[in-house]
Amino acid sequence: MPAFWHWFVAAGTIVFVIWCIWLITWSAKQGPQNVADDDLVGHKWDGDIEEWNNPAPKWWLYLYFITIAWAIGYMIAYPSLGNYKGMLGWSQAGQYEAEMQAATENYEPIYEKFAAMDFVELSQNAEAQALGKSLFASYCTTCHGSDARGAAGYPNLTDDDWQWGNTEAELLTTIGNGRQAAMPVLAPALGGDAGIDNMVKYVKSLSGGEADAEAMSAQPMFMALCSACHGPDGKGNKIFGAPNLTDEIWLYGGSTETIRETIVNGRNGQMPAHGDLFGENRTKILAAYIYSLTQ
Amino acid sequence: MRHDTIEKSLNLMIVLIVAAISVGGLIEIVPLMMSSDTTEPDEGIGVYSPLRLAGRDVYVREGCYNCHSQMIRPFRSETERYGPFTTAGETVYDRPFQFGSKRTGPDLARVGGRYSDDWQRLHLMDPRALVPESNMPGYPWLADNLVDPELVTAKLRALQLLGDPYTDEQIAGAAAAVEGRSELDALVAYLQELGTNRKNRR
Repeated sequence: MPAFWHWFVAAGTIVFVIWCIWLITWSAKQGPQNVADDDLVGHKWDGDIEEWNNPAPKWWLYLYFITIAWAIGYMIAYPSLGNYKGMLGWSQAGQYEAEMQAATENYEPIYEKFAAMDFVELSQNAEAQALGKSLFASYCTTCHGSDARGAAGYPNLTDDDWQWGNTEAELLTTIGNGRQAAMPVLAPALGGDAGIDNMVKYVKSLSGGEADAEAMSAQPMFMALCSACHGPDGKGNKIFGAPNLTDEIWLYGGSTETIRETIVNGRNGQMPAHGDLFGENRTKILAAYIYSLTQ
Repeated sequence: MRHDTIEKSLNLMIVLIVAAISVGGLIEIVPLMMSSDTTEPDEGIGVYSPLRLAGRDVYVREGCYNCHSQMIRPFRSETERYGPFTTAGETVYDRPFQFGSKRTGPDLARVGGRYSDDWQRLHLMDPRALVPESNMPGYPWLADNLVDPELVTAKLRALQLLGDPYTDEQIAGAAAAVEGRSELDALVAYLQELGTNRKNRR
């Protein structure tokens, strides 16, 4: 705070407190205490109820003085007069840092211990799993659900189907840096409604449905358009996060309408990056917890 | 005792009441209005882009602040959950700020990037599709309402007049930037930026 405003605040506060003391002392000295019948304020209710012109009772007056004494004590102990830091040296930032420091001393050794552990071992450690579970509950359930089974567009983490893989390195990357999938809009390339319908049938047939002649007619198109990411056999590719189309697990839904929607409009599934938020140690514990869900 | 002099003169009473309540404001508020801590933006904090400004006004209009604060207090329990505590320098372009005092929903000061755009869209349309136990209302009409380009241009001009550093090019390009965008687009753009442009996210 610049010097002028420091003095403005400090002097203003002190002057105001002194003025309060003067005002209360002065007004307490004014006027009589139940002396004469004619010292009434002049109000009259119900014919005979009148108001004495008396000062406030003493206990009330003392409350004012106690409040002022409290204020003066507070101003000496805490930062309240401009740049004056207060005798206790308290500050909001200081209190926060002390709280964080205490937490680091308490919890960091626990995280350090887990950071040194092997990933698979960590996924079997009960204490780490309890931590991972609470991290998951705080940060992941909004999309992946409290049972980790996901929702339409948000992968189920309890099955064996992993768009981006579930090794240690892959999980750490997914959580830390996030993932961005890109299923392009393919309607224009498929040549009208019939072409789209045939492709939907073909894609459905990959997961064990009947592949009739109409479905098979889309196969060359699948090879040309889809196989670059989903693979010629439709088994997907972890590099692009392209889902396996042959396992009857559907990220957005496996109905004819939903598959059609996916092909026509494309999809842009995104896993947000959490590395900055969690830090390395917590990311690892969370990754190990997610790994354990399918073990 | 002379209090009847004050009590019987309305004008004198008005003057004295104003004087009494001004003291607090003069000592507590005026110095903050003059302090660079509260009037200068933090590093990385800039004005809202036209689309985000439109989204912010949708946020205010729909009363999001009734349930969501945008002020992370300096306690570990808050910063662990939401990210670093809010500073005055972050909110200099918020007119008015969205600090809030009620959290029926979570604090949103650092919600940008925490969820995907798709998640935000679906969640605004139908919160229970994603979070079954949520009690947040849906806002499906936002997808149908278009942002008014002229209104956004006028808002930018007004903010420039108030001293926000919008350039004339930004104002000239504002209408094009929001043309054809829905209020849902604007609100998602606003939410996805919240808290992302400060240097120290954690």
